[in-house]
Amino acid sequence: MKTLKSILLVSVFIIATAFTIRPVADGYKIGDTATDFKLKNVDGKMVSMSDYENAKGFIVIFTCNHCPFSIAYEDRIIDLDKQYKDKGYPVIAINPNNPEISKGDDFVSMQKRAKEKGFTFPYLFDDGQKIFPQYGATRTPHVFLLNKEDKELKVAYIGAIDNNYSDATAVTEKYVEDAINALIEGEKPNPNFTKAIGCTIKK
Amino acid sequence: MKKLLLILLIVSFISCKSDKTSEEKSNEISIKSYTYETLEPLLNKDDDKTYVINFWATWCKPCVEELPAFEKINANYKDKNVEVILVSLDFPNQIETRLIPFIKEHNLKSNVILMADVDQNKWIPKISEKWSGAIPATLIYNKNSRKFYEQSFSYDLLEKELKEIFKTY
Repeated sequence: MKTLKSILLVSVFIIATAFTIRPVADGYKIGDTATDFKLKNVDGKMVSMSDYENAKGFIVIFTCNHCPFSIAYEDRIIDLDKQYKDKGYPVIAINPNNPEISKGDDFVSMQKRAKEKGFTFPYLFDDGQKIFPQYGATRTPHVFLLNKEDKELKVAYIGAIDNNYSDATAVTEKYVEDAINALIEGEKPNPNFTKAIGCTIKK
Repeated sequence: MKKLLLILLIVSFISCKSDKTSEEKSNEISIKSYTYETLEPLLNKDDDKTYVINFWATWCKPCVEELPAFEKINANYKDKNVEVILVSLDFPNQIETRLIPFIKEHNLKSNVILMADVDQNKWIPKISEKWSGAIPATLIYNKNSRKFYEQSFSYDLLEKELKEIFKTY
């Protein structure tokens, strides 16, 4: 009887999930191991995290050209890279959008934007959109802070850059900075997960 | 009792209607700004209506594409105890330059309000634990039922979901 009950329960669960309109991609949770990628940078070279032998981790940011929230954060992303590259946590920006349906997010526009803003970090194109679903990015900008532990890159923080998109001077919680500072101190980031409004990644 | 309710309904309907015409007459649109504290009551009403709350922005292409579906629901169901509220996530400093011109250009009839609360990590999970923060996103609720969707809608799909929620009423 008990087995019957559990079979019933499981099938109800399966049916329920099967009919969910659009299941949210699972993606990474805190503590998961992030896989490396090999994506084309705006300078034409391929970039992987394994290229950075001395990095202690990475600030991986899914961002793009067209999204107003991404644009609002551009200067802050440059600042993050400048501030934390030397401490072992460089920024790697990835444009996850399909340029065919997301105007202004094509590779040439990415090159142009990177040059205009003077990006100090790689700005990679997720060609074929294989990487962002693995990470579980849903919007731009969406940060995944990775920390090297025993040669593996563990996800240490997921979410927003800070708590005020519209005014950098009015920020009261710098989520990403606080998280990296915690890692440098050998502590766990708190919070390790935040939410923010962003542009849906265009598939 | 039933009569009283009917009268009340008619009165409220008329008063709403006259509001609208005076608004149209003056041709001035004013957008009310909300923080989570002031928005929350709109998301938790326990009256007889079913509410369709759509989170959108003028800069969000898939949001703009699905707006006609919400406008059509508003037109077809506003007399059937359904209220559509379009919660804009446009930047607060772009109300005059973007949001109001957009409303005029697209002749939006549904109620548009602005969610101006910047501390998004605090309020997004309160609207739904399921919500990552990507838009478009939609909440359909009445006092008996509530469902949240982080997805785009066609009219047919939106109507189907609305009818599902209706059933619970």
